[in-house]
Amino acid sequence: IRHSYVEILDAKTKDKLCFLDKVEPNATIGEIKSMFHKSHPQWYPARQSIRLDPKGKSLKDEDVLQNLPVGTTATFYFRDLGAQISWVTVFLTEYTGPLLIYLMFYFRVPFIYAPKYDFTTSKHWVVHLACMCHSFHYVKRLLETLFVHRFSHGTMPLRNIFKNCSYYWGFAAWMAYYINHPLYTPPIYGEQQIRLALIIFLFCQIGNFSIHIALRNLRPPGSKTRKIPYPTKNPFTWIFLLVSCPNYTYELGSWLGFTLMTQCVPVAFFTLVGFIQMTVWAKGKHRSYLKEFRDYPPLRSPILPFIL
Amino acid sequence: IAGTSKAAHSDVAPKKKKGPGALATAYLVIYNVVMTAGWLVIAVGLVRAYLARGSYHGLYYSIEKPLKFFQTGAILEILHCAVGIVPSSVVLTGFQVMSRVFLTWAVTHSVREVQSEDSVLLFVTAWTVTEIIRYSFYTFSLLNHLPYLIKWARYTFFIVLYPMGVTGELLTIYAALPYVQKTGLYSVTLPNKYNFSFDYHTFLILTMISYIPLFPQLYFHMMRQRKKVLGHVEDYSKVE
Repeated sequence: IRHSYVEILDAKTKDKLCFLDKVEPNATIGEIKSMFHKSHPQWYPARQSIRLDPKGKSLKDEDVLQNLPVGTTATFYFRDLGAQISWVTVFLTEYTGPLLIYLMFYFRVPFIYAPKYDFTTSKHWVVHLACMCHSFHYVKRLLETLFVHRFSHGTMPLRNIFKNCSYYWGFAAWMAYYINHPLYTPPIYGEQQIRLALIIFLFCQIGNFSIHIALRNLRPPGSKTRKIPYPTKNPFTWIFLLVSCPNYTYELGSWLGFTLMTQCVPVAFFTLVGFIQMTVWAKGKHRSYLKEFRDYPPLRSPILPFIL
Repeated sequence: IAGTSKAAHSDVAPKKKKGPGALATAYLVIYNVVMTAGWLVIAVGLVRAYLARGSYHGLYYSIEKPLKFFQTGAILEILHCAVGIVPSSVVLTGFQVMSRVFLTWAVTHSVREVQSEDSVLLFVTAWTVTEIIRYSFYTFSLLNHLPYLIKWARYTFFIVLYPMGVTGELLTIYAALPYVQKTGLYSVTLPNKYNFSFDYHTFLILTMISYIPLFPQLYFHMMRQRKKVLGHVEDYSKVE
Protein backbone atom coordinates (compact mmCIF):
# COMPACT_ATOMS: atom_id res chain seq x y z
CA ILE A 1 0.00 0.00 0.00
CA ARG A 2 1.38 3.36 -1.02
CA HIS A 3 1.04 5.49 2.09
CA SER A 4 0.39 9.20 1.93
CA TYR A 5 1.96 11.98 3.91
CA VAL A 6 -0.08 14.77 5.36
CA GLU A 7 1.23 18.13 6.46
CA ILE A 8 -1.00 20.60 8.21
CA LEU A 9 -0.20 24.31 8.09
CA ASP A 10 -1.77 27.20 9.94
CA ALA A 11 -4.07 28.98 7.47
CA LYS A 12 -3.06 32.45 8.66
CA THR A 13 0.63 32.17 9.49
CA LYS A 14 1.44 29.19 7.21
CA ASP A 15 3.47 27.67 10.06
CA LYS A 16 3.91 23.91 9.89
CA LEU A 17 1.74 22.60 12.69
CA CYS A 18 1.86 18.87 12.09
CA PHE A 19 3.37 16.26 9.81
CA LEU A 20 1.69 12.89 9.59
CA ASP A 21 3.43 10.01 7.86
CA LYS A 22 2.05 6.55 7.03
CA VAL A 23 -1.45 7.83 6.41
CA GLU A 24 -3.68 5.36 4.57
CA PRO A 25 -4.83 6.77 1.21
CA ASN A 26 -8.40 5.84 2.09
CA ALA A 27 -8.25 7.72 5.39
CA THR A 28 -10.99 10.27 5.90
CA ILE A 29 -10.61 13.90 6.96
CA GLY A 30 -12.32 12.90 10.20
CA GLU A 31 -9.56 10.39 10.90
CA ILE A 32 -6.88 12.93 10.02
CA LYS A 33 -8.51 15.36 12.45
CA SER A 34 -8.23 12.72 15.18
CA MET A 35 -4.56 12.26 14.40
CA PHE A 36 -3.99 16.02 14.47
CA HIS A 37 -5.82 16.18 17.79
CA LYS A 38 -3.29 13.74 19.27
CA SER A 39 -0.40 16.10 18.58
CA HIS A 40 -2.39 19.18 19.55
CA PRO A 41 -4.75 18.10 22.34
CA GLN A 42 -6.22 21.59 22.77
CA TRP A 43 -7.79 21.39 19.30
CA TYR A 44 -10.38 18.65 19.48
CA PRO A 45 -11.74 17.58 16.06
CA ALA A 46 -14.96 19.60 16.35
CA ARG A 47 -13.04 22.88 16.41
CA GLN A 48 -10.75 22.02 13.49
CA SER A 49 -11.43 23.46 10.07
CA ILE A 50 -9.27 21.69 7.49
CA ARG A 51 -9.09 23.11 3.99
CA LEU A 52 -7.14 22.68 0.78
CA ASP A 53 -6.81 26.42 0.42
CA PRO A 54 -6.16 28.85 3.29
CA LYS A 55 -9.22 30.86 2.32
CA GLY A 56 -11.27 27.99 0.93
CA LYS A 57 -14.18 26.03 2.26
CA SER A 58 -13.82 23.51 5.03
CA LEU A 59 -13.43 19.91 3.97
CA LYS A 60 -16.01 17.46 5.25
CA ASP A 61 -15.20 14.74 7.76
CA GLU A 62 -16.40 12.12 5.27
CA ASP A 63 -14.05 13.24 2.47
CA VAL A 64 -11.49 10.59 1.63
CA LEU A 65 -7.83 11.54 1.22
CA GLN A 66 -7.22 9.77 -2.08
CA ASN A 67 -10.29 11.39 -3.67
CA LEU A 68 -8.96 14.87 -2.99
CA PRO A 69 -6.82 16.80 -5.49
CA VAL A 70 -3.60 16.22 -3.58
CA GLY A 71 -0.35 14.42 -4.33
CA THR A 72 1.44 11.84 -2.21
CA THR A 73 2.04 14.58 0.31
CA ALA A 74 -1.18 16.38 1.04
CA THR A 75 -0.94 19.95 2.32
CA PHE A 76 -3.88 21.10 4.37
CA TYR A 77 -4.57 24.41 6.05
CA PHE A 78 -5.98 24.58 9.55
CA ARG A 79 -8.17 27.17 11.13
CA ASP A 80 -9.30 27.07 14.75
CA LEU A 81 -13.07 27.44 14.89
CA GLY A 82 -12.91 28.31 18.58
CA ALA A 83 -14.50 26.51 21.48
CA GLN A 84 -17.45 24.44 20.31
CA ILE A 85 -20.65 23.33 21.92
CA SER A 86 -23.05 20.68 20.68
CA TRP A 87 -26.23 21.76 18.92
CA VAL A 88 -28.29 19.53 21.19
CA THR A 89 -26.92 21.27 24.28
CA VAL A 90 -27.63 24.70 22.83
CA PHE A 91 -31.18 23.80 21.80
CA LEU A 92 -32.01 22.24 25.16
CA THR A 93 -30.69 25.26 27.04
CA GLU A 94 -32.27 27.91 24.87
CA TYR A 95 -35.70 26.18 24.97
CA THR A 96 -35.79 25.25 28.66
CA GLY A 97 -35.26 28.90 29.59
CA PRO A 98 -38.48 30.26 28.01
CA LEU A 99 -40.46 27.34 29.38
CA LEU A 100 -39.45 28.03 32.98
CA ILE A 101 -39.28 31.82 32.71
CA TYR A 102 -42.80 32.12 31.34
CA LEU A 103 -44.09 29.95 34.19
CA MET A 104 -42.40 32.21 36.73
CA PHE A 105 -44.40 35.15 35.36
CA TYR A 106 -47.56 33.05 35.07
CA PHE A 107 -47.40 32.07 38.75
CA ARG A 108 -46.50 35.67 39.62
CA VAL A 109 -43.42 34.80 41.57
CA PRO A 110 -42.41 37.66 43.96
CA PHE A 111 -40.40 40.74 42.84
CA ILE A 112 -41.97 40.86 39.38
CA TYR A 113 -45.28 42.55 40.02
CA ALA A 114 -46.51 44.53 43.04
CA PRO A 115 -46.39 42.43 46.26
CA LYS A 116 -50.19 42.26 46.59
CA TYR A 117 -50.23 40.15 43.39
CA ASP A 118 -47.63 37.59 44.50
CA PHE A 119 -48.71 34.05 43.68
CA THR A 120 -52.15 35.17 42.49
CA THR A 121 -53.62 33.94 39.22
CA SER A 122 -55.13 35.93 36.39
CA LYS A 123 -58.90 36.15 36.19
CA HIS A 124 -58.83 35.93 32.38
CA TRP A 125 -59.07 32.40 31.01
CA VAL A 126 -57.13 33.42 27.87
CA VAL A 127 -54.09 33.95 30.10
CA HIS A 128 -54.30 30.31 31.24
CA LEU A 129 -54.76 29.20 27.64
CA ALA A 130 -51.75 31.27 26.54
CA CYS A 131 -49.60 29.66 29.23
CA MET A 132 -50.64 26.21 28.06
CA CYS A 133 -49.88 27.05 24.43
CA HIS A 134 -46.52 28.65 25.18
CA SER A 135 -45.48 25.76 27.42
CA PHE A 136 -46.71 23.19 24.91
CA HIS A 137 -44.69 24.90 22.19
CA TYR A 138 -41.41 24.73 24.09
CA VAL A 139 -41.99 21.19 25.40
CA LYS A 140 -42.59 20.17 21.80
CA ARG A 141 -39.32 21.82 20.79
CA LEU A 142 -37.40 20.07 23.58
CA LEU A 143 -38.81 16.66 22.64
CA GLU A 144 -38.07 17.26 18.97
CA THR A 145 -34.49 18.15 19.85
CA LEU A 146 -34.10 14.92 21.77
CA PHE A 147 -36.00 12.54 19.52
CA VAL A 148 -36.75 13.96 16.10
CA HIS A 149 -34.09 16.22 14.64
CA ARG A 150 -31.09 14.79 12.80
CA PHE A 151 -28.39 17.47 12.89
CA SER A 152 -25.95 18.03 10.02
CA HIS A 153 -23.42 19.62 12.28
CA GLY A 154 -22.51 18.26 15.68
CA THR A 155 -21.35 21.57 17.11
CA MET A 156 -21.51 25.35 16.87
CA PRO A 157 -19.22 28.05 18.32
CA LEU A 158 -19.54 28.41 22.08
CA ARG A 159 -20.40 32.12 21.98
CA ASN A 160 -23.63 31.25 20.17
CA ILE A 161 -25.15 29.85 23.33
CA PHE A 162 -24.94 33.26 25.01
CA LYS A 163 -26.34 35.04 22.00
CA ASN A 164 -29.17 32.54 21.47
CA CYS A 165 -30.15 32.28 25.12
CA SER A 166 -30.23 36.06 25.47
CA TYR A 167 -32.63 36.20 22.55
CA TYR A 168 -35.00 33.42 23.62
CA TRP A 169 -34.88 34.05 27.35
CA GLY A 170 -35.07 37.82 26.97
CA PHE A 171 -38.08 37.77 24.69
CA ALA A 172 -39.84 35.10 26.77
CA ALA A 173 -39.51 37.30 29.85
CA TRP A 174 -40.68 40.41 27.98
CA MET A 175 -43.77 38.70 26.55
CA ALA A 176 -44.62 36.81 29.73
CA TYR A 177 -44.42 40.03 31.76
CA TYR A 178 -47.28 41.62 29.85
CA ILE A 179 -49.48 38.58 29.25
CA ASN A 180 -49.46 37.67 32.94
CA HIS A 181 -49.63 41.24 34.18
CA PRO A 182 -52.42 42.09 36.64
CA LEU A 183 -53.45 44.91 34.28
CA TYR A 184 -53.55 42.67 31.20
CA THR A 185 -56.34 43.51 28.73
CA PRO A 186 -57.89 40.48 26.97
CA PRO A 187 -58.45 40.48 23.17
CA ILE A 188 -60.99 43.01 21.88
CA TYR A 189 -63.11 40.49 20.02
CA GLY A 190 -63.18 38.11 22.94
CA GLU A 191 -64.01 34.43 22.48
CA GLN A 192 -64.20 34.61 18.70
CA GLN A 193 -60.71 36.03 18.44
CA ILE A 194 -59.27 33.59 20.96
CA ARG A 195 -60.91 30.58 19.29
CA LEU A 196 -59.65 31.50 15.84
CA ALA A 197 -56.19 32.14 17.26
CA LEU A 198 -56.13 28.75 18.97
CA ILE A 199 -57.16 26.97 15.77
CA ILE A 200 -54.40 28.71 13.83
CA PHE A 201 -51.88 27.94 16.58
CA LEU A 202 -52.73 24.23 16.82
CA PHE A 203 -52.93 23.80 13.06
CA CYS A 204 -49.45 25.27 12.68
CA GLN A 205 -48.00 23.30 15.58
CA ILE A 206 -49.19 20.06 13.95
CA GLY A 207 -47.92 21.33 10.60
CA ASN A 208 -44.52 22.21 11.98
CA PHE A 209 -44.23 18.81 13.66
CA SER A 210 -45.26 17.05 10.45
CA ILE A 211 -42.53 18.82 8.54
CA HIS A 212 -39.93 17.88 11.17
CA ILE A 213 -40.95 14.23 10.90
CA ALA A 214 -40.87 14.34 7.10
CA LEU A 215 -37.38 15.87 7.14
CA ARG A 216 -36.19 13.29 9.64
CA ASN A 217 -37.40 10.47 7.41
CA LEU A 218 -35.37 11.85 4.51
CA ARG A 219 -32.22 11.03 6.39
CA PRO A 220 -31.23 7.55 7.62
CA PRO A 221 -30.01 7.46 11.26
CA GLY A 222 -26.44 8.71 11.71
CA SER A 223 -26.15 10.00 8.17
CA LYS A 224 -25.77 13.52 6.87
CA THR A 225 -27.32 12.97 3.44
CA ARG A 226 -29.32 15.71 1.82
CA LYS A 227 -32.34 15.01 -0.37
CA ILE A 228 -35.13 17.11 -1.83
CA PRO A 229 -38.14 16.96 0.50
CA TYR A 230 -41.45 16.06 -1.13
CA PRO A 231 -45.09 15.96 0.05
CA THR A 232 -46.00 12.72 1.83
CA LYS A 233 -49.33 11.13 2.66
CA ASN A 234 -49.70 13.61 5.52
CA PRO A 235 -51.72 16.60 4.19
CA PHE A 236 -49.72 18.96 6.36
CA THR A 237 -46.69 18.20 4.18
CA TRP A 238 -48.44 19.10 0.93
CA ILE A 239 -47.17 22.63 1.46
CA PHE A 240 -43.81 21.30 0.17
CA LEU A 241 -45.31 21.83 -3.29
CA LEU A 242 -45.10 25.59 -2.77
CA VAL A 243 -42.41 26.18 -0.16
CA SER A 244 -38.85 25.01 0.52
CA CYS A 245 -38.88 25.50 4.28
CA PRO A 246 -42.45 24.93 5.47
CA ASN A 247 -41.22 24.34 9.01
CA TYR A 248 -40.54 28.08 9.13
CA THR A 249 -43.85 28.87 7.46
CA TYR A 250 -45.73 26.92 10.11
CA GLU A 251 -43.60 28.43 12.87
CA LEU A 252 -44.56 31.91 11.68
CA GLY A 253 -48.19 30.81 11.63
CA SER A 254 -47.98 29.52 15.20
CA TRP A 255 -46.65 32.82 16.48
CA LEU A 256 -49.19 34.81 14.49
CA GLY A 257 -51.80 32.70 16.20
CA PHE A 258 -50.27 33.38 19.58
CA THR A 259 -50.12 37.12 18.82
CA LEU A 260 -53.81 37.10 17.92
CA MET A 261 -54.61 35.11 21.04
CA THR A 262 -52.81 37.42 23.45
CA GLN A 263 -53.21 40.72 21.55
CA CYS A 264 -49.86 41.79 22.88
CA VAL A 265 -47.37 44.06 21.06
CA PRO A 266 -44.22 42.38 22.47
CA VAL A 267 -45.51 39.07 21.07
CA ALA A 268 -46.08 40.74 17.68
CA PHE A 269 -42.57 42.13 17.83
CA PHE A 270 -41.10 38.73 18.69
CA THR A 271 -43.03 37.22 15.79
CA LEU A 272 -41.65 39.87 13.44
CA VAL A 273 -38.03 39.42 14.50
CA GLY A 274 -38.38 35.63 14.28
CA PHE A 275 -39.91 35.98 10.84
CA ILE A 276 -37.02 38.11 9.60
CA GLN A 277 -34.46 35.61 10.90
CA MET A 278 -36.33 32.60 9.50
CA THR A 279 -36.64 34.31 6.14
CA VAL A 280 -32.87 34.78 6.02
CA TRP A 281 -32.40 31.10 6.85
CA ALA A 282 -35.08 29.97 4.39
CA LYS A 283 -33.53 31.97 1.55
CA GLY A 284 -30.15 30.43 2.31
CA LYS A 285 -31.55 26.92 2.41
CA HIS A 286 -33.51 27.52 -0.80
CA ARG A 287 -30.36 28.73 -2.54
CA SER A 288 -28.46 25.62 -1.33
CA TYR A 289 -31.19 23.36 -2.67
CA LEU A 290 -31.09 25.09 -6.05
CA LYS A 291 -27.31 24.82 -6.20
CA GLU A 292 -27.18 21.19 -5.18
CA PHE A 293 -30.11 19.75 -7.12
CA ARG A 294 -30.54 20.36 -10.85
CA ASP A 295 -34.07 19.03 -10.77
CA TYR A 296 -35.27 21.17 -7.88
CA PRO A 297 -38.99 22.01 -8.30
CA PRO A 298 -39.16 25.51 -9.78
CA LEU A 299 -42.55 26.43 -8.30
CA ARG A 300 -41.25 26.58 -4.73
CA SER A 301 -40.57 29.78 -2.77
CA PRO A 302 -38.29 29.86 0.27
CA ILE A 303 -40.84 30.59 3.01
CA LEU A 304 -44.10 32.20 1.83
CA PRO A 305 -45.91 30.64 -1.16
CA PHE A 306 -45.37 32.81 -4.25
CA ILE A 307 -44.31 35.79 -2.16
CA LEU A 308 -41.00 35.27 -0.41
CA ILE B 1 -22.38 59.02 20.01
CA ALA B 2 -20.28 61.09 17.58
CA GLY B 3 -19.94 59.47 14.20
CA THR B 4 -16.23 60.01 13.72
CA SER B 5 -15.52 56.34 13.31
CA LYS B 6 -18.18 55.86 10.66
CA ALA B 7 -16.76 54.01 7.67
CA ALA B 8 -13.25 54.40 9.03
CA HIS B 9 -12.43 50.81 8.18
CA SER B 10 -13.42 51.36 4.57
CA ASP B 11 -10.64 53.92 4.17
CA VAL B 12 -7.94 51.43 5.03
CA ALA B 13 -9.50 48.28 3.60
CA PRO B 14 -7.48 46.91 0.68
CA LYS B 15 -9.27 47.98 -2.50
CA LYS B 16 -10.04 44.45 -3.71
CA LYS B 17 -13.62 45.26 -4.74
CA LYS B 18 -14.48 47.16 -7.89
CA GLY B 19 -15.94 50.14 -6.03
CA PRO B 20 -18.82 52.36 -7.14
CA GLY B 21 -19.41 53.00 -10.81
CA ALA B 22 -18.98 56.39 -12.48
CA LEU B 23 -22.57 57.48 -11.90
CA ALA B 24 -22.47 56.41 -8.24
CA THR B 25 -19.17 58.22 -7.76
CA ALA B 26 -20.60 61.41 -9.26
CA TYR B 27 -23.61 61.17 -6.98
CA LEU B 28 -21.46 60.52 -3.92
CA VAL B 29 -19.22 63.49 -4.72
CA ILE B 30 -22.27 65.73 -4.95
CA TYR B 31 -23.67 64.26 -1.74
CA ASN B 32 -20.46 64.80 0.20
CA VAL B 33 -19.96 68.31 -1.18
CA VAL B 34 -23.49 69.26 -0.18
CA MET B 35 -22.99 67.82 3.30
CA THR B 36 -19.68 69.63 3.72
CA ALA B 37 -21.36 72.85 2.69
CA GLY B 38 -24.27 72.22 5.02
CA TRP B 39 -22.10 71.75 8.07
CA LEU B 40 -20.04 74.80 7.07
CA VAL B 41 -23.28 76.76 7.10
CA ILE B 42 -23.90 75.51 10.62
CA ALA B 43 -20.34 76.42 11.65
CA VAL B 44 -20.67 79.90 10.23
CA GLY B 45 -24.09 80.25 11.83
CA LEU B 46 -22.65 79.42 15.24
CA VAL B 47 -19.77 81.88 14.87
CA ARG B 48 -21.99 84.71 13.66
CA ALA B 49 -24.53 84.16 16.40
CA TYR B 50 -21.80 84.14 19.01
CA LEU B 51 -20.32 87.36 17.68
CA ALA B 52 -23.76 88.97 17.54
CA ARG B 53 -24.84 87.99 21.04
CA GLY B 54 -21.48 88.04 22.73
CA SER B 55 -22.22 84.84 24.68
CA TYR B 56 -22.27 81.09 24.24
CA HIS B 57 -25.82 80.87 25.56
CA GLY B 58 -28.70 79.78 23.39
CA LEU B 59 -26.74 79.43 20.14
CA TYR B 60 -28.76 76.29 19.31
CA TYR B 61 -31.67 78.37 18.05
CA SER B 62 -29.55 80.07 15.40
CA ILE B 63 -28.66 76.79 13.70
CA GLU B 64 -31.62 74.62 14.67
CA LYS B 65 -33.04 74.23 11.17
CA PRO B 66 -29.86 73.43 9.20
CA LEU B 67 -28.74 71.10 12.01
CA LYS B 68 -31.95 69.12 11.77
CA PHE B 69 -31.86 69.11 7.99
CA PHE B 70 -28.28 68.01 7.47
CA GLN B 71 -28.08 65.58 10.39
CA THR B 72 -31.29 63.89 9.29
CA GLY B 73 -30.03 63.84 5.70
CA ALA B 74 -27.22 61.58 6.86
CA ILE B 75 -29.78 58.76 6.88
CA LEU B 76 -29.02 58.52 3.18
CA GLU B 77 -25.64 57.10 4.15
CA ILE B 78 -27.36 53.98 5.47
CA LEU B 79 -28.92 53.60 2.05
CA HIS B 80 -25.54 54.02 0.39
CA CYS B 81 -24.19 51.06 2.36
CA ALA B 82 -27.32 48.96 1.75
CA VAL B 83 -27.12 49.55 -2.00
CA GLY B 84 -23.39 48.90 -1.99
CA ILE B 85 -21.95 52.12 -3.35
CA VAL B 86 -20.18 52.65 -0.04
CA PRO B 87 -18.24 49.67 1.34
CA SER B 88 -19.29 50.05 4.96
CA SER B 89 -21.39 47.93 7.24
CA VAL B 90 -25.08 48.87 7.09
CA VAL B 91 -25.50 47.95 10.74
CA LEU B 92 -22.58 50.05 11.98
CA THR B 93 -23.51 53.05 9.85
CA GLY B 94 -27.16 52.67 10.76
CA PHE B 95 -26.35 52.60 14.42
CA GLN B 96 -24.19 55.71 14.29
CA VAL B 97 -26.53 57.76 12.14
CA MET B 98 -29.60 56.81 14.14
CA SER B 99 -27.90 57.68 17.43
CA ARG B 100 -27.23 61.18 16.05
CA VAL B 101 -30.77 61.48 14.74
CA PHE B 102 -32.06 60.29 18.11
CA LEU B 103 -30.19 63.00 19.95
CA THR B 104 -31.28 65.67 17.49
CA TRP B 105 -35.00 64.83 17.44
CA ALA B 106 -35.92 62.61 20.36
CA VAL B 107 -33.94 64.56 22.94
CA THR B 108 -33.00 68.09 21.87
CA HIS B 109 -36.04 68.86 19.73
CA SER B 110 -38.53 67.04 21.94
CA VAL B 111 -37.49 68.43 25.30
CA ARG B 112 -37.64 72.19 24.81
CA GLU B 113 -36.12 72.90 28.19
CA VAL B 114 -32.71 71.47 27.29
CA GLN B 115 -32.31 73.57 24.15
CA SER B 116 -30.75 76.42 26.11
CA GLU B 117 -28.27 74.16 27.88
CA ASP B 118 -24.58 74.67 27.19
CA SER B 119 -24.16 70.91 26.74
CA VAL B 120 -26.07 71.22 23.47
CA LEU B 121 -23.48 73.67 22.18
CA LEU B 122 -20.76 71.24 23.25
CA PHE B 123 -21.98 68.35 21.11
CA VAL B 124 -23.15 70.54 18.22
CA THR B 125 -19.67 72.04 17.98
CA ALA B 126 -18.05 68.60 18.14
CA TRP B 127 -20.39 67.27 15.45
CA THR B 128 -19.88 70.33 13.23
CA VAL B 129 -16.09 70.18 13.17
CA THR B 130 -16.13 66.39 12.80
CA GLU B 131 -18.57 66.38 9.92
CA ILE B 132 -16.87 69.18 7.98
CA ILE B 133 -13.62 67.22 8.10
CA ARG B 134 -15.29 63.87 7.44
CA TYR B 135 -17.35 64.93 4.43
CA SER B 136 -14.45 66.80 2.83
CA PHE B 137 -12.32 63.71 3.43
CA TYR B 138 -14.82 61.59 1.50
CA THR B 139 -15.12 64.22 -1.24
CA PHE B 140 -11.39 64.35 -1.84
CA SER B 141 -11.02 60.57 -1.57
CA LEU B 142 -13.66 60.05 -4.23
CA LEU B 143 -11.82 62.47 -6.49
CA ASN B 144 -8.53 60.69 -5.75
CA HIS B 145 -6.89 63.88 -4.55
CA LEU B 146 -6.81 63.63 -0.79
CA PRO B 147 -4.59 66.27 0.82
CA TYR B 148 -2.61 64.77 3.65
CA LEU B 149 -3.84 67.57 5.91
CA ILE B 150 -7.44 66.38 5.61
CA LYS B 151 -6.49 62.80 6.21
CA TRP B 152 -4.44 63.82 9.22
CA ALA B 153 -7.27 65.97 10.57
CA ARG B 154 -9.85 63.19 10.19
CA TYR B 155 -7.72 60.76 12.12
CA THR B 156 -6.47 63.21 14.75
CA PHE B 157 -9.21 65.68 15.67
CA PHE B 158 -11.41 62.86 16.92
CA ILE B 159 -9.08 62.42 19.88
CA VAL B 160 -10.56 65.58 21.37
CA LEU B 161 -13.84 65.88 19.48
CA TYR B 162 -15.11 62.44 20.29
CA PRO B 163 -14.96 62.76 24.10
CA MET B 164 -16.22 66.32 23.74
CA GLY B 165 -19.24 65.21 21.77
CA VAL B 166 -19.99 62.31 24.09
CA THR B 167 -19.81 64.61 27.12
CA GLY B 168 -22.21 67.06 25.50
CA GLU B 169 -24.61 64.28 24.55
CA LEU B 170 -24.63 62.66 27.97
CA LEU B 171 -25.09 65.99 29.78
CA THR B 172 -27.98 66.85 27.46
CA ILE B 173 -29.76 63.54 28.01
CA TYR B 174 -29.20 63.92 31.75
CA ALA B 175 -30.69 67.42 31.66
CA ALA B 176 -33.75 66.08 29.87
CA LEU B 177 -34.52 63.40 32.46
CA PRO B 178 -36.58 65.40 34.97
CA TYR B 179 -38.80 66.90 32.26
CA VAL B 180 -39.38 63.53 30.64
CA GLN B 181 -40.35 62.02 33.95
CA LYS B 182 -42.64 64.89 34.87
CA THR B 183 -44.54 64.95 31.57
CA GLY B 184 -44.40 61.22 30.77
CA LEU B 185 -43.06 62.11 27.32
CA TYR B 186 -43.21 59.26 24.78
CA SER B 187 -44.33 56.90 27.51
CA VAL B 188 -47.15 54.36 27.48
CA THR B 189 -48.65 52.87 30.62
CA LEU B 190 -50.81 49.88 31.39
CA PRO B 191 -53.62 49.00 31.04
CA ASN B 192 -54.15 49.40 27.31
CA LYS B 193 -55.46 47.14 24.55
CA TYR B 194 -51.96 46.56 23.12
CA ASN B 195 -50.69 45.15 26.41
CA PHE B 196 -47.54 47.17 26.04
CA SER B 197 -45.75 49.73 28.16
CA PHE B 198 -42.76 51.97 27.60
CA ASP B 199 -41.04 54.29 30.03
CA TYR B 200 -39.00 56.84 28.11
CA HIS B 201 -37.31 58.06 31.29
CA THR B 202 -35.90 54.58 32.01
CA PHE B 203 -35.03 54.21 28.34
CA LEU B 204 -32.94 57.38 28.44
CA ILE B 205 -31.10 56.17 31.53
CA LEU B 206 -30.36 52.85 29.81
CA THR B 207 -29.14 54.78 26.78
CA MET B 208 -26.74 56.74 28.94
CA ILE B 209 -25.47 53.51 30.51
CA SER B 210 -24.92 52.00 27.06
CA TYR B 211 -22.31 54.66 26.36
CA ILE B 212 -20.04 52.96 28.92
CA PRO B 213 -19.30 49.83 26.89
CA LEU B 214 -19.83 51.41 23.47
CA PHE B 215 -17.81 54.62 23.58
CA PRO B 216 -14.43 53.02 24.50
CA GLN B 217 -14.82 50.43 21.76
CA LEU B 218 -15.49 53.02 19.09
CA TYR B 219 -12.77 55.32 20.43
CA PHE B 220 -10.08 52.65 20.45
CA HIS B 221 -11.19 51.45 17.04
CA MET B 222 -10.45 54.95 15.73
CA MET B 223 -7.10 54.91 17.54
CA ARG B 224 -6.17 51.67 15.80
CA GLN B 225 -7.32 53.08 12.47
CA ARG B 226 -5.16 56.13 13.14
CA LYS B 227 -2.06 54.03 13.64
CA LYS B 228 -2.79 52.07 10.49
CA VAL B 229 -3.54 55.07 8.27
CA LEU B 230 -1.07 57.62 9.63
CA GLY B 231 1.53 55.13 10.81
CA HIS B 232 3.43 54.97 7.54
CA VAL B 233 3.87 58.71 7.20
CA GLU B 234 7.07 58.44 5.17
CA ASP B 235 5.64 56.06 2.57
CA TYR B 236 2.16 57.44 2.13
CA SER B 237 2.38 61.19 2.48
CA LYS B 238 2.75 61.80 -1.25
CA VAL B 239 0.45 59.01 -2.41
CA GLU B 240 -3.38 59.39 -2.96
